[in-house]
Amino acid sequence: MKYWREPLDLKDIRVPHGVIHILKERCKGCGWCIEYCPRDVLAPSDEINTKGYHPPHVVQADACVSCGLCELLCPEFAIYVEETEGEVVLYER
Amino acid sequence: MGIEMQGYRLDKTMEQHEEAEGWVDEIHGTHPMDDLLRTDRLPHIWCPGCGLGTALTCFLSALRKSKFDLDKVVVVSGIGCTGRVAGYVRLDSFHTTHGRAIPFATGLKLGNPALKVVVFSGDGDLVTIGGNHFIHAARRNMDITVICVNNFNYGMTGGQAGATTPVGGVTSTSPYGNYEYPFNVSALAAASGAVYVARWTVLHARRLERSIHEALLKPGFSLVEIISPCPTGFGRRHKQREGLDTLHYYHEHGVIKHGADPRETDIGLSGALVEGKFVDLDKPTFLEQRSRRLAQALEK
Repeated sequence: MKYWREPLDLKDIRVPHGVIHILKERCKGCGWCIEYCPRDVLAPSDEINTKGYHPPHVVQADACVSCGLCELLCPEFAIYVEETEGEVVLYER
Repeated sequence: MGIEMQGYRLDKTMEQHEEAEGWVDEIHGTHPMDDLLRTDRLPHIWCPGCGLGTALTCFLSALRKSKFDLDKVVVVSGIGCTGRVAGYVRLDSFHTTHGRAIPFATGLKLGNPALKVVVFSGDGDLVTIGGNHFIHAARRNMDITVICVNNFNYGMTGGQAGATTPVGGVTSTSPYGNYEYPFNVSALAAASGAVYVARWTVLHARRLERSIHEALLKPGFSLVEIISPCPTGFGRRHKQREGLDTLHYYHEHGVIKHGADPRETDIGLSGALVEGKFVDLDKPTFLEQRSRRLAQALEK
């Protein structure tokens, strides 16, 4: 994301980074996490679990900002985010 | 020797397969919600695309935020898909007869006023079969939190029309469209005297979580109506084959109006789906009123 000027509080803002864990055997492939991830971190995979559904997989692991929306929306308790030490750079100078 | 199919032997149970393949941890217990769930019962019976799991996640996360003593929290459910919630939470829970979740909850609250009683049930259970209990608990301002998941039909029994099915709604018992006027659950509660009334779809999960949190902390009869997709019973007859299609519908038609007049929030098959916090007022609860009246009577 590029802005016409550098935000004044750029140095103070720390955008957290998250690591996504997917419990594939619980997934029923509803696709809500893929659709509503604001950073498009997830995508459908070709993998099939024992129930015959396609669980999502992580395609842009660096982009996750640990918002936790996938964890809250998932009806199967099959995905969760763990916040890590790292940072996500949202603004390019 | 059992029949073998893609590596799975039919004479072995799923549990034996899970253990042999080392999936036990993956299925039972690493998710942050797992300490509040009876994970041995997962995966739950709800269809793919159903919003009940999301509603339950929002409730558990709100419950955790509210920092109640979990030994004092009781979840009461009636019958139906939503009624299964009582069987999935690792709390004291009560799975009651059809429509009678609120009478059982009232009994629990009056028997032990220190408990925090939450009724988690569906529209068919709470307002169709248990409609009279619902309005009378609201009238008495009984100190319980009611979470009503509304999916506009009787999902578990095969998608029959209920008291919340919108006019024109096609269900298995109204194949040419429903011609009865539906109940508006939020308006019904507000008119009966509830002190907290909010309505959210499962798509607005953050706001729903905050609303449940507020409702749990509110003394008196609080209602959170959750609009949830039912792709199997209702959605597939309304061009919403998947749960995701219904969420797109909520995204397009949801209108957030805090403090809206509940009488103007009827839900139709199309048009705006008004949601938000409609009622938030302070009123003495049933137990407060009773002890006040008792003190007055003893003074005389």
